[in-house]
Amino acid sequence: MFEYLVAPILEFSFMQRALIGCLAISLSAAPIGVFLMLRRMSLTGDAMAHAILPGAAIGFFIAGLSIEAMTIGGIIAGCTVAVLSGLVSRLTEVAEDTSMAAFYLISLALGVLIISVKGSQIDLLHVLFGSALALNNEALYLLGGICSITLITLAIVFRPLVLECMDRLFLQSVSKLSPIAHFSFLVLVVLNLVGGFNAIGTLMSVGMMILPSAAARYWVKGLDMLLLLSCIFAMLSCYIGLLMSYHAGWPTGPAIILTLGSLYIISFSFGINGSLLTHLSKPKHLSA
Amino acid sequence: MILSLDNLTLGYESHPAVHHLSIEIEKGALLALVGPNGAGKSTLLKGIMGQISPLEGQINLHVERSDVAYLPQQSQVDRSFPITVQEMVALGAWRHTGAFGRLRSKHKRQVASALKQLGLSGFEKRLINSLSGGQMQRVLFARLLVQEANMILLDEPFTGVDSRTTHDLLHMIQSWHQQGKTIIAVLHDLEQVRTHFPQCLLLSREPISFGDTQEVLTEENWLKARKLNEAFDEHAVYCGSH
Repeated sequence: MFEYLVAPILEFSFMQRALIGCLAISLSAAPIGVFLMLRRMSLTGDAMAHAILPGAAIGFFIAGLSIEAMTIGGIIAGCTVAVLSGLVSRLTEVAEDTSMAAFYLISLALGVLIISVKGSQIDLLHVLFGSALALNNEALYLLGGICSITLITLAIVFRPLVLECMDRLFLQSVSKLSPIAHFSFLVLVVLNLVGGFNAIGTLMSVGMMILPSAAARYWVKGLDMLLLLSCIFAMLSCYIGLLMSYHAGWPTGPAIILTLGSLYIISFSFGINGSLLTHLSKPKHLSA
Repeated sequence: MILSLDNLTLGYESHPAVHHLSIEIEKGALLALVGPNGAGKSTLLKGIMGQISPLEGQINLHVERSDVAYLPQQSQVDRSFPITVQEMVALGAWRHTGAFGRLRSKHKRQVASALKQLGLSGFEKRLINSLSGGQMQRVLFARLLVQEANMILLDEPFTGVDSRTTHDLLHMIQSWHQQGKTIIAVLHDLEQVRTHFPQCLLLSREPISFGDTQEVLTEENWLKARKLNEAFDEHAVYCGSH
């Protein structure tokens, strides 16, 4: 058992790096996912993941496979799409999901164009699927940095962000923090997606946000417990996914996300809050 | 005087939802805002709160904006959000805690007292998604109580609320009035307005009548207000150009 579960991590430094990197991204992406879910913006994560593509591609073609260049490019592209779609929806009469869809599609088309004109599909594969087992020091610093920035920012904007999700008019009536809460949250989404693409790839990193919270809601009710359980689910899945990837020779990103996916399926089937099981079992009621 | 509106026009996409409204509201007023659907009542409250800017005219608020509490229509609150009754009510202390400050024991006592006054003792740890419409409205009133504002704007506070809760909440409004607070409430039940609200503004986008409730709510005024065409006229010319 020890041989199977612990030894690979103790033995190989690339496994330790992968684990640390993935745990960092779990700790920051999972709480972001909880707020995305509560704001009914789960698909926004997916849209933003596509939106950062041209930035990462431009970074890649300027500086090669450099984490800094791709990260900076991705952050610029992602934030541009987030801010533009937010501004367009606040200043004109169109809902935010529509303007975000419009901008991410423009951004995605631009990204695909740049890659097909200047690069090869192999480069694209790295951006899309990442490589957790090849994280170097720079990538680890980046993931640690993003995790720290995310947790600190969340702690600072927590109260306005909760109100922005639940009762925006009240927030606007007591403070001017509504746009700050909204945009800093979108920037955190972008940062985590960009951080995630080094470890498990852009598209997979959306899964790190959405799946833990989607699974956790079947087990707990309060916001604090949702945040906690989402992080635990994400970290646990990283550990299991990494080990599966090591033993079976599977790519790491999909292994982690499929582990999370299994957790989600178990949760919506057998969870204690509104799962299939609770719907199928004979309802009982209390006396008062 | 606590609020004066000077030739105020508020609207959407250049169409006026409140058209050339000039009134002065005295400190301590208990004012009902009535009119048919689409008359601009909620828009006026949003304008006073600074959430939409005037197309024309001015809103002069003679108190700090932080001294104004606003209760939006209940449908504006996401009731599926996993927050407890106690946490929701404690947000009323925002003026003291701000976005980051801790809740002091004084505020905790205030929250407990507000919950008790609204008959919500025992509900502290309940999530708001498990409450009925009336219970939720009590929670929102408890939050108003903690806000301790001197001016209170209420947008349809009794919609979807049973008669007992309405009675209790009206009682609370009366006690705020006795404490000298200024209250403006959007209401639909004219009998309720006649019984409990000494002042009234009848709005039908254009102001129809403002003043003593018994004089405002006449058959004639109400018929005038009812003639309002709810739809915006897409072919309207610019105001003042004819």
